Amino acid sequence: MRQYFARKLAIYLVTFFVAVTIDWMIPRFMPGDPVQGMVSRMSLEPEAANRMMGFFLGAFGLDKPIWEQYLNFWVALAHGDLGISVWQFPTPVLNIILSAVPYTLALLIPAILLSWVAGNQFGAWVARRKRLDNTVLPVGYILTATPYMWLGILIAWGLGSVLRVLPLSGAFNYSMSPTLTWEFFLSVYTHWLMPFLSLFLVMFGGWAIGMRNMIIYELESDYAHWLEALGAPQSLVRRYAFRNAVLPQVTGLALSLGVVVAGALVTEVVFSYPGLGYLVLQAIQNEDYFLLQGIFLFVIIGVLVANFLIDIAYVVVDPRTRVGMQGRA
Amino acid sequence: MSLQVNDLRVYYRTLAGDVRALDGVTFSIAEGEIMGLAGESGCGKSTLGKALTHFDSRMRYVGGDVVLDDEPLPIMDSDAMDEFRFWSVSIIPQYAMSAMNPTRKIGKMIADLLESRGEDAAAMRPEIERRIELVGLQRDVLDRYPIELSGGMKQRVVMVIATLLNPSLLIADEITSALDVSTQKAVAETLIEFRDRQLVRTMIVITHDMSILAQVADTITVMYAGKLAEKAATDVIIGAPKHPYTRLLISSLPEVGVRYADKRLTGIPGNPPQLLDPPLGCRFQARCPLADAQCREEPPFVEVEPAHFVACWKVS
Amino acid sequence: MSITTQRPAPAPGDHGEAALPAPATAPDGATGPGVAPMRPRREVLYFALRDKRILFGAAVVLFFLILSIVGPVLDPTDPTAFDGPTGAPPSAEFWFGTTTFGEDVFAQFVNGLQATFLVGLLGGGLAALVGISIGFVAGYRGGIVDEFLSMITNIVLVIPTLVVLVVIAAFLSARGVVVEAAFVGLTSWPWAARAIRSQTFSLRAREFVDLANMSGLPTWKVIFREIAPNMGSYLFMTFILLFGGAVLIAATLDFIGLGPTEGISLGLMMNNAVLWSALQLGMWWWFIPPGLGITAIVGALYVMNVGLDEIFNPKLREM
Repeated sequence: MRQYFARKLAIYLVTFFVAVTIDWMIPRFMPGDPVQGMVSRMSLEPEAANRMMGFFLGAFGLDKPIWEQYLNFWVALAHGDLGISVWQFPTPVLNIILSAVPYTLALLIPAILLSWVAGNQFGAWVARRKRLDNTVLPVGYILTATPYMWLGILIAWGLGSVLRVLPLSGAFNYSMSPTLTWEFFLSVYTHWLMPFLSLFLVMFGGWAIGMRNMIIYELESDYAHWLEALGAPQSLVRRYAFRNAVLPQVTGLALSLGVVVAGALVTEVVFSYPGLGYLVLQAIQNEDYFLLQGIFLFVIIGVLVANFLIDIAYVVVDPRTRVGMQGRA
Repeated sequence: MSLQVNDLRVYYRTLAGDVRALDGVTFSIAEGEIMGLAGESGCGKSTLGKALTHFDSRMRYVGGDVVLDDEPLPIMDSDAMDEFRFWSVSIIPQYAMSAMNPTRKIGKMIADLLESRGEDAAAMRPEIERRIELVGLQRDVLDRYPIELSGGMKQRVVMVIATLLNPSLLIADEITSALDVSTQKAVAETLIEFRDRQLVRTMIVITHDMSILAQVADTITVMYAGKLAEKAATDVIIGAPKHPYTRLLISSLPEVGVRYADKRLTGIPGNPPQLLDPPLGCRFQARCPLADAQCREEPPFVEVEPAHFVACWKVS
Repeated sequence: MSITTQRPAPAPGDHGEAALPAPATAPDGATGPGVAPMRPRREVLYFALRDKRILFGAAVVLFFLILSIVGPVLDPTDPTAFDGPTGAPPSAEFWFGTTTFGEDVFAQFVNGLQATFLVGLLGGGLAALVGISIGFVAGYRGGIVDEFLSMITNIVLVIPTLVVLVVIAAFLSARGVVVEAAFVGLTSWPWAARAIRSQTFSLRAREFVDLANMSGLPTWKVIFREIAPNMGSYLFMTFILLFGGAVLIAATLDFIGLGPTEGISLGLMMNNAVLWSALQLGMWWWFIPPGLGITAIVGALYVMNVGLDEIFNPKLREM
């Protein structure tokens, strides 16, 4: 077991290393001179532009040898120094990101977990029930083929613009100040509902379809056939099939994280929800590359940690991994 | 008479039409008899095993009836069959190596199964352990997962589970083909022991492997292209077969350690007929050295000597 | 999928393994004894032409493909020219209405469709090529090669590649559809590589078993008759899923404003619609068509994939 986790951990460390390196390389090895381009696009007064240029050169450490730049990058990272934001000068990037992360997590974690649970239940229930399979399933396919932002747009338009039952944008009513009152809580909740719903629905479709397919494979497996030959009721066969079909869905959860995070980013953009996605858009529009790189690092770390948690969860749910790890097989 | 099968017909639905995998099969098995069922692959012997327990999704009941212990067996009605499965009719499947749920401990899986059938699993635990030991395993296999067991161990556990409720009829489908020779022998001996201890009353042992049948079977039935060719006591089939197909089958096997009737028979030119649209009359006629005009009519499966049935015009 | 599982679609289920066919089990008794073996290809065609899902999926994709080719001819308006009425709803003259700036939404839509197909074809094709090559080599060679390739695969798999793409694209001042497709293709192959790798493994094992069981069929015949058709269907379905995935990823990039800097795309249309308050203004004709186009094309591909899965994997067929 220890070896298994050591191996996984090694992969994640290497991944982190590669990701940080990519993050470091991008502004330095892109075609053209990004710093020059960046500064010129800021259309500042010449003097300000020069100062900006100097600031960037110093900040990137571009005047030093390349290996030193690389080492410095790591050292700064270890100190939590992600640079200074251009967009909200002179706030440190880290602070901006930390204030946005809770919003993104508040959307992502419930949406991922609830859609996973509900989608699996639903998919298992639909599988091999002819009428349901033919009527409900296509809806699942449509949902999973929907771009996150489009579903977000549709929901925002329908509920927020046409019916006017939910607020269209923001994380809470900005005329209110954050307090521990029911009114404020309600405002946060109503603003959260639509972005959550659009994330939830797209993922729900994917999980339901995945589960439905997995259950059908399981119901056609040898152990299911033998149970049937011994007269076991469908309830038992389906119970076993569900348990076994959940295992690849756990793996799938880890694999889907990257796409889901991207989905959350664009959903936030649709609803102007002040999480990391909204920051990404601001960073791009304001050419704030420190911010962009910092967000990138945060997302990487988040995804790696989530992957590791899912690995642990997998060992808990699949007894075979434990048996295999003890070397008894 | 323990089991009686009368003119049983079961077809496979395929794109091109019905495949007559079991086309009018009639035989009976006596109380305590172990009947071997041999034939080339695709002759319908596994279909017979499935027909008596659980139809797969492409099998279609066409006709015939089955009587087990003087009670009709509703093989055409899967729901009604549930009353008989496990208690009266049980099967050790071809795929015994993967027959157990890989993510459940074996003991727990057995308990789930028993309880789903309304048995008291806790009360049966001592008996389960006794039988596990009977087949030469440690009782702690019940606390293990299937992947922790070797092939031979899995095969034996599956045998124990299949026979747990002392069925009248046990179908053992290719139970030795996945095992090495020494394990094969042990498993075969276990089958006999189960019968001798009355854990199972009658058995149909389906196999390619004639040497296993020589060891365990009281009688051997030879199938060819969806029909029965010959049935007789084991020593008669091996020593003095009458049907031309059985004779070629036996003679094409190596003398010592008769094995693998399944190999394509180099001694018999040609292939078995397609069962999609089988020829009229005897199905072996195209490959039979003795065939003549008479063989275009279907030969009846008749008792030519006491307890020796043959379907051939040239024998009698 | 599974394969299989099975896994399903590159949405949450970005784990294509499940949706793809599990290695078909050796037919033995399953095909029914002595069945006249229908030529596999003919059988596939027979089912494909009768499977409503495949026909439906193909029809939808074909419809949009033709629309993307014929559309710009029917309506040669420049999709980015500001020469229509501003914010007009659909009418006889402007079929899908106009944007706040007087751009013709229909012209944008059909031109955007072209970009969508281009990205899907190039991006999905490149991803399939990389994924298949890596997966096949890893699965076939095994050993150290496999260890190395699997590690690369796992790393790319874990990295949220879309975020990488965002950062890269942000630094590129000039971007084209082909560059975008190349980036998408080079980052979306890992699950395909994994699926193909395990598929190759099992085929190798099965080849061995088959050879042991079969009397006298030459190896190349076994490979051509048993393995190639199996793998072929698998590869085709992998490509379909990658195509759909590439379209969705590109739409996401376009939506954050990091798509091609020249021309129009469906994601960019949605971006503009949101940016210029089409939601608040109720200009549904601006943002419904682009999303609907993407959803219809990708959904049709997925539905087609299920149909194909059942054809290549007879066990899943309902009888």
